[in-house]
Amino acid sequence: MSALAREVGSDDTAGRLVRPFTLTGGRTRPSRTDFTLITTVTAVDPPPERAPRPQPEQTRILRRCARPIAVAELAAHLDLPVSVVAIMLCDLLEAGLITVHPPHPVTPRTPDLDLLQKVRDGLGRL
Amino acid sequence: MAGSDTTVETIAPPDTVKILIAGGFGVGKTTMVGSVSEIAPLRTEEPLTVAGLGIDDLNGIEQKQATTVALDFGRITISRELVLYLFGTPGQQRFWFMWNDLAIGALGAVVLVDVRRPDSSFAAIDFFERRGIPFVVGVNGFYGEHPYPAEDIRDALALPADVRVLLCDARDRESCRDVLIALIDQLIADARRAS
Repeated sequence: MSALAREVGSDDTAGRLVRPFTLTGGRTRPSRTDFTLITTVTAVDPPPERAPRPQPEQTRILRRCARPIAVAELAAHLDLPVSVVAIMLCDLLEAGLITVHPPHPVTPRTPDLDLLQKVRDGLGRL
Repeated sequence: MAGSDTTVETIAPPDTVKILIAGGFGVGKTTMVGSVSEIAPLRTEEPLTVAGLGIDDLNGIEQKQATTVALDFGRITISRELVLYLFGTPGQQRFWFMWNDLAIGALGAVVLVDVRRPDSSFAAIDFFERRGIPFVVGVNGFYGEHPYPAEDIRDALALPADVRVLLCDARDRESCRDVLIALIDQLIADARRAS
């Protein structure tokens, strides 16, 4: 490997043209906390008529969530931190361009036997 | 009839649940995720700023560290309405527990243990015990070998009697599935006892 290749290749972010938090206008926290790793997001199709024109990175997200997709999967496919994707999803949600489906609520004090049985059955079929 | 189905086929988002796969460095977490996942494991990384946690810092100087914490994860579609995600914490990183919502809302966890270095999984066991998150222990036998019975591992890890310990092979799909089923069975038993 040449010295140049080593230098370029040694950095994980090599190849990424934009620093992640420039995509969020420098914001490091989402304005709301709807977006967990396994929250599912779906693009609204067709988009609302009055919605602002999405930015290029937003268009990438919208294309990825034409079908429901979990936030963690979206972040992995986009090669962006989940925190950055969450901020961008906030903007898309506020613009009415996506819908959000929260994860199944799990609370240790009130276990959901029906849910557990479904997971058990599903694993049994693997 | 091709067109008439489209209205029925509206894609309702599935409910999602998650299980964590934890344990020490190099114990086989990502291997386990890959063995049972229907997709090749995906990775997502989060930048973290860690203040005053430089436990390797011999100078005792408090300083902010920029680090990245990574998660490898996979997916098991249980049904059209329900999808299970498995999150593993790869690499030699000390800060995975700072991943904000990792533990919140998890059904439970699998702590993988390497028989050759059981102490490398102490931190993970401690984490789940403190948070009251149910877990089972999977003893990953490298090359499928298990020199010690499960009870010896339980003693070595000082595990309470109600935590199940299973011998497994992280490379083997059915073996990993059985560990996940053991966790769910434990959760079901706990739920029945509570109700």
